[in-house]
Amino acid sequence: MDYVHLRRQAASLRKGLFDQGYLDEQFYQLEDLQDDASPNFVEEVVTLFFRDSARLMANIDQALDKCVKDFNKLDVYMQQLKGSCTSIGASRMKTECTAFRECCRDENIEGCMRSFQKIKREHSVLRQKLESYFQLLRQAGPVECATRPNK
Amino acid sequence: MGSGDCELHVLAVDDSSVDRAVIARILRNSKYRVTAVDSAERALEVLEMEPNVNMIITDYCMPEMNGYELLRRVKGSRDLREIPVVIMSSEYIPNRITRCMEEGAEDFLIKPVRPSDVSRLCGRLRN
Repeated sequence: MDYVHLRRQAASLRKGLFDQGYLDEQFYQLEDLQDDASPNFVEEVVTLFFRDSARLMANIDQALDKCVKDFNKLDVYMQQLKGSCTSIGASRMKTECTAFRECCRDENIEGCMRSFQKIKREHSVLRQKLESYFQLLRQAGPVECATRPNK
Repeated sequence: MGSGDCELHVLAVDDSSVDRAVIARILRNSKYRVTAVDSAERALEVLEMEPNVNMIITDYCMPEMNGYELLRRVKGSRDLREIPVVIMSSEYIPNRITRCMEEGAEDFLIKPVRPSDVSRLCGRLRN
């Protein structure tokens, strides 16, 4: 297996995530916390994120389905989701979460629904890209840690 | 508090599994013993069972009992009030910060918490 090629692919995918705004500086912070004692820390945290975010998004879906919209509850759920996005550096999702919360404050249900559709799309794309990235890293082996792309 | 040679024990409280994992990692990288729990209620149970907690670091927004209420319970307890309590929040709300500091919080950190935030806090603890 061509490990060099796999590592290059992983590095390229990672660079793309930053260049296209999917991830921000906070993701670097997670990478900096990873070490020999905790070699899969970033992937573990990202896995936790997608587990928790799926649950929160299901709650938001249910709340949006109700006839009487509880904007306070929607805002609380979205605050939690935004917090998790911030913690892993999920920048585009975080931006959409902010937009959703603004719609909650305005009690603009149409705006909430549009914003939530965007959040779902961003969530799905980010999940796909990060799953591909970590799969490449696993295939490439534990030797190399990708360097930060030039800013 | 522990002597300079003893491992300091930090109780981390956060209902977010992501944030709990991150703060625990930051603390462990700094060589602290960490107990991480997902609620203020669970934190109080730990404090009752475990006599040697050197610092509590807690999220503000949690369901049921929030970080402010946990702070009040700790500072209102004769057995626990000397334990420094640090509050974390993803939102910068000046009134919230003032209220926590007036209630006796050691510090108030805006998330995402960085290793440098923890180094600064724990440096004060060791001194």
